[in-house]
Amino acid sequence: MFKIVKKKELNPTVTLMEIEAPLVAKKAEPGQFIILRADAAGERIPLTIADFDRDKGTVTIIYQIVGATTKHLNSLNVGDSLTDFVGPLGQATHTEGLKKVAVVGGGVGCAIAYPVTKKLHNLGCEVHAIVGFRSKDLLILEDEFRAASNKLVIMSDDGSVGEKGLVTDALKKLIDSGEQYDEVIAIGPLVMMKFVAKLTKEYGIKTVVSMNPIMIDGTGMCGGCRLSVGGEMKFACVDGPDFDGHLVDFDEAMERASMYKDFEKHAYDAECNLFQKEVK
Amino acid sequence: MPNMSPKKNEMPTQAPDVRNKNFKEVALGYMPETAIDEAKRCLNCKHKPCVAGCPVKIHIPAFIEKMAQGDFEGAYEIIAQSSSLPAVCGRVCPQETQCEQKCVRGIKGEPVAIGRLERFAADYHNANCKTAPQKPESNGHKVAVIGSGPSGLTCAGDLAKAGYEVTVFEALHLAGGVLVYGIPEFRLPKAIVQKEIDTLKELGVTVETNVVIGKSTSIDELMESGFEAVFIGSGAGLPRFMGIPGENLKGVYSANEFLTRVNLMKAYKDEPSTPIMHASKVAVVGGGNVAMDAARCAKRLGAKDVYIVYRRSMEELPARAEEVEHAQEEGIIFKLLTNPTEILPDENRFVGGMKCVEMELGEPDASGRRRPVVKEGSEFVLDVDCVIMSIGTSPNPLIKSTTEGLAVHKWGGIIADEETGKTSREGVYAGGDAVTGAATVILAMGAGKDAAKAIDEYIQSKNKE
Ligand SMILES: Cc1cc2nc3c(=O)[nH]c(=O)nc-3n(C[C@H](O)[C@H](O)[C@H](O)COP(=O)(O)OP(=O)(O)OC[C@H]3O[C@@H](n4cnc5c(N)ncnc54)[C@H](O)[C@@H]3O)c2cc1C
Ligand SMILES: Cc1cc2nc3c(=O)[nH]c(=O)nc-3n(C[C@H](O)[C@H](O)[C@H](O)COP(=O)(O)OP(=O)(O)OC[C@H]3O[C@@H](n4cnc5c(N)ncnc54)[C@H](O)[C@@H]3O)c2cc1C
Ligand code: SF4
Ligand code: SF4
Ligand code: FES
Repeated sequence: MFKIVKKKELNPTVTLMEIEAPLVAKKAEPGQFIILRADAAGERIPLTIADFDRDKGTVTIIYQIVGATTKHLNSLNVGDSLTDFVGPLGQATHTEGLKKVAVVGGGVGCAIAYPVTKKLHNLGCEVHAIVGFRSKDLLILEDEFRAASNKLVIMSDDGSVGEKGLVTDALKKLIDSGEQYDEVIAIGPLVMMKFVAKLTKEYGIKTVVSMNPIMIDGTGMCGGCRLSVGGEMKFACVDGPDFDGHLVDFDEAMERASMYKDFEKHAYDAECNLFQKEVK
Repeated sequence: MPNMSPKKNEMPTQAPDVRNKNFKEVALGYMPETAIDEAKRCLNCKHKPCVAGCPVKIHIPAFIEKMAQGDFEGAYEIIAQSSSLPAVCGRVCPQETQCEQKCVRGIKGEPVAIGRLERFAADYHNANCKTAPQKPESNGHKVAVIGSGPSGLTCAGDLAKAGYEVTVFEALHLAGGVLVYGIPEFRLPKAIVQKEIDTLKELGVTVETNVVIGKSTSIDELMESGFEAVFIGSGAGLPRFMGIPGENLKGVYSANEFLTRVNLMKAYKDEPSTPIMHASKVAVVGGGNVAMDAARCAKRLGAKDVYIVYRRSMEELPARAEEVEHAQEEGIIFKLLTNPTEILPDENRFVGGMKCVEMELGEPDASGRRRPVVKEGSEFVLDVDCVIMSIGTSPNPLIKSTTEGLAVHKWGGIIADEETGKTSREGVYAGGDAVTGAATVILAMGAGKDAAKAIDEYIQSKNKE
């Protein structure tokens, strides 16, 4: 069992949890993820390792409440335990040799972008972080990003915080103003990553994206996490989750991600009803 | 006086149109009288041809003789000398190409139902034996086993009985390997697998789930932390796809994913939250046991039409005869000598159909099987809304890429000595599908047994020096 030692709401739909998982903490690197099951009837869901503390033996996850499993997870509290927590899975993000990098995060993707931002910063790389949110009340990890970057640009859809506009607008502005990046790392919704990659392709800047297809085992057994990258079939859980953004077939990935939409809507509603029952 | 009936005693089963709507076990097992009657068909041949057909050399006539006398526990004890998973193998062994193929009764009629008798003895033992196994005294030596499929479980069990302190590391949240995530409940009830695992625990084996070797920790670290030997039983690996257009459409599964959702995550029940598509017209591409299981699960999830699409003919179909028979009875439609060329989308980018060509059998190829060739102008579209690819696997690179000096074949399988499972790394042994590619439960079990013996000898001799 894996004990929850800290729980903090970052915004109304995004929560941070610190979990006791010494074996995972010992090996974790930015870019890797875990798979958890909250309880014995639960679904296996993948979440990125947002932070880790090797001495304490804990791993931090940050999740957005989008469906039945994340909703259920969010009903647990400090002192409760998760049934299963396996990792670290996937390949760590490559950071060797990078001198100047733009990290672009969108929404809860910022949670995934943060650990690599911190690592690059600690390695002495110049990091420009561009983070985007729909509105001010959804903003997360502002202080953390500020501490781990040389420049922080906050964007919002409605202009309620930072500048109004998309993260691609901010990235374009920086590049046009003469900033020269070795690499752009983009993590967020598929559409966002698609458009970041489209932009950087025009400028010829290498771009790494973190893909999050539907996963089950996360060990390279089921083939559910397959993607087309440069015309080849890749398995995100063992080959990724990072891939060359200029080679990923985003349209196909977006299609595949919507496969269980109806089913999940149903499961989410069922979970909500369950909660209402419990409240009564 | 032996029973000279040319036919095996029939296995009672759930009626086909009842069972194809539930996940309960299809074959119900013999009654004691039937088991005795069937056992009496054995001629107790002196030269025991049947034994040569069994990969783990169960003393077949000896255990059947006990059964004929009604001594089922005695029969079980004889089987248990050679096999550690008789309740499993009695159910899933391809008997028709192994023990039963060699049975002399098969020359003029049907062979003795060796598998069914084995199953009966094991079930009898499981139902009636109340004495828990004794934890043997520890010899102080530690061995790690990677993977909890039949090879790993067998290796762990044999070593534990010899006094070793064994830890099994399993990547998934449940132990059992293919026995829990692949083979469906209606063919192999999960309670049987759980019982085997409980027995191991009683013998003192520690099972650590949620540990991925190559990620959570490595073989080198296990060795450094005091394990004197390691057995790799990590299974067959990643599913293969055909490389035809449309394989990434919504509604295309690998058999592994489909079966994992159904079996491991119990998506067929109402409560669990793992989703599965309830398609109405399903094509399963392939002809092995895995394909049969996927097809029969799809049917049970409510599909109206389920097709097995296989490019050779019935004769070459690699699945167990009994599964093919059961699948046919349950209404699975066999599209033989048929090969898919493209999966077509509907307007929502779900599967809308599958383009296929008909095949003819030409000259034999390297495997000795006649090679299928495309029939000119035979293209047609099969009307389906879900496709399950079941055309094999290729080895998972996780362990190889994190274990320096572990030699593998060009195709990725671990190179291991056939008799001992010894790999190119000292103290590291391997067996089962990770070595052979997708094979059978009994072969994996045999490999685990051989490796346990070799590991015991290795550790004994090392500590004598
Ligand atoms: C490698 C990886 C890392 C991830 N890291 C994080 C993270 O750090 N924080 C976070 O909030 N989320 C992360 N995700 C996404 C997270 O796994 C899903 O949000 C979660 O599985 C949803 O489960 P649910 O049952 O609550 O929702 P569901 O009801 O299953 O789904 C709700 C919605 O989420 C989408 N969805 C379902 N499964 C996934 C999935 N595996 N990936 C993406 N979208 C999905 C569905 O299309 C649906 O629209 C990651 C995904 C992957 C593959
Ligand atoms: C659907 C299906 C039906 C089948 N039907 C039959 C049948 O009727 N008769 C028959 O004889 N055979 C059948 N087989 C084949 C048989 O199940 C396999 O040959 C057998 O299970 C192989 O055993 P194994 O111990 O080598 O590996 P597996 O059973 O595959 O077990 C390997 C285990 O190792 C774990 N693992 C993998 N990598 C790691 C890692 N890095 N760290 C930790 N753990 C890891 C896996 O999660 C898994 O639990 C079938 C197979 C399938 C998929
Ligand atoms: S283990 Fe398999 S091959 Fe051996 S006797 Fe039993 S059913 Fe036959
Ligand atoms: S070959 Fe058949 S009849 Fe002869 S001993 Fe074996 S099971 Fe009995
Ligand atoms: S999640 Fe199953 S292979 Fe990647």
